[in-house]
Amino acid sequence: MIRFEHVTKVFGSGKRVLDDVSYEVERGEIFTIVGPSGTGKSVSLKHMIRLLSPTSGRVWVGDDCVSEAEGRELSRIRSRFGYLFQSAALLAWMDVYDNVALPLREKTRLTEGEIEFKVRDALEKVGLGGEGASMPSDLSGGMQKRAGLARAIVTEPEIVLYDEPTSGLDPVTSRRIDELIADLSSRLGITSVVVTHDLHSALSISTRIAMLGGGKVLSIEPPSAFIHSTLPQARAFLEAQYITRRGAWEANRP
Amino acid sequence: MIVREPPVREPARSAVQRLGRRVFDILAEVGRAAMICVGAVAAMRFAFTKRARKDIVAQMHFCAVRSLPVVSVVAFFIGMILALQIGIELRVYNQEALTGSAVMASMLREMGPFMSGLVLAASVGAAMAAQVGTMMVNEEIAALEIMDIDPLRFLVMPRMAAMAVTVPMMSFYTCALGVLGGAVVSHTQLAVPWATYFQNAMDFASTKALWVGLFKAFLFGFIIVTVSCYEGFRTEHGAVGVGRATRQSVVTNFLLILIVGYFVTRLFY
Repeated sequence: MIRFEHVTKVFGSGKRVLDDVSYEVERGEIFTIVGPSGTGKSVSLKHMIRLLSPTSGRVWVGDDCVSEAEGRELSRIRSRFGYLFQSAALLAWMDVYDNVALPLREKTRLTEGEIEFKVRDALEKVGLGGEGASMPSDLSGGMQKRAGLARAIVTEPEIVLYDEPTSGLDPVTSRRIDELIADLSSRLGITSVVVTHDLHSALSISTRIAMLGGGKVLSIEPPSAFIHSTLPQARAFLEAQYITRRGAWEANRP
Repeated sequence: MIVREPPVREPARSAVQRLGRRVFDILAEVGRAAMICVGAVAAMRFAFTKRARKDIVAQMHFCAVRSLPVVSVVAFFIGMILALQIGIELRVYNQEALTGSAVMASMLREMGPFMSGLVLAASVGAAMAAQVGTMMVNEEIAALEIMDIDPLRFLVMPRMAAMAVTVPMMSFYTCALGVLGGAVVSHTQLAVPWATYFQNAMDFASTKALWVGLFKAFLFGFIIVTVSCYEGFRTEHGAVGVGRATRQSVVTNFLLILIVGYFVTRLFY
């Protein structure tokens, strides 16, 4: 579904963030990218939707080469995506309802009644049913993120990219977001790519987990194998989050 | 695409190469600003959709109604200053009764569009650059592009449509208030009768001066929105970047208003 072919990304400062990275995200899976800060997780995500372009290599979305797409072709490819930004990126002058309704109003011919039904449904899913009239500045960081998630899924896209979906959220809400991501994937067949530091989430919902380090993909494994990984970077990550046993996550997988 | 990456380049090998790159960079940035203007004008065909109409009215309210107090004070005092300065000189030749004509001609040809343009560039333009810059820093512009919502249509076009209408209106208002301010000074300081002042002013109120002034103001509206949004769109590095964009938009707007104002005057007179 999404394919990285020998992607290298060097920024203007000369920093090589991705170094000959190749991997493929399968249709319908929940693919989680983990790794220390600055190893190119969010950069990878931004390549998938062409907010960044590779210095060399190609990024494919299905049969479309997104890294070379321009104009209308890029618009068409992007319309297949939903994207949850790390900062939520809600428009500050619109209330939550209008923010979530925005892609439907701008890009579909739905009636206002149909839009209201979809927006209310999306807000209920993320636990913000009563917050439609709130302005983003009146919400906590976690609530803003959930509103951003509602906006990302309201159009029911084929692929949703989540940049740190549970950072800044309390454990109960984090779990709710995990369930929502898993539910969207299983019920609607949405392909999900999640960038996170939260291994509890990653182990709970992922089909596969990719470990990034030093601009390289160090491993791509299912959670059951990742938890037993012998990679020093993966072990350090697991142990830093007090994850030493495998049973708990298998039992808790939504 | 509004969201863009800075280009990766090898270090320049000579001063000539550095200079060449600088020239090309400046030309590229001018081209980018022009594309923002052209893109927003092309998006005017969407100006009559329900949402766009609502946005345009909101922007007109922001540009005109909320700028009215400062524009009023500036216009009134500009008229008063003009009348005082010109009147004192004319009194030497016992011709202070002509003050109205001089104030009217100055306001219509230059001071009306010029002062309204400068005031709106400093208030509305700065606010525009700060808002767009903050949106850029907060990834709101990137979010729009990912949702396939064109920022030029969504953000720039309503502002441009609003300013294209409101700057000429504000210019006309500035002229009227300036002439009134001149009348107050003429009557109280120079003992020119009200009727004489206004009769004299109306005798010199040429249709050409009015239309040229309004045309200038119309151009200033485009300049303010293009420059402010361009500076906003190139914002990076957080709050510092927003401050830089705001300052740069005001400086560039002032310069362009002066330069374009001169050439339009030169074109018609």
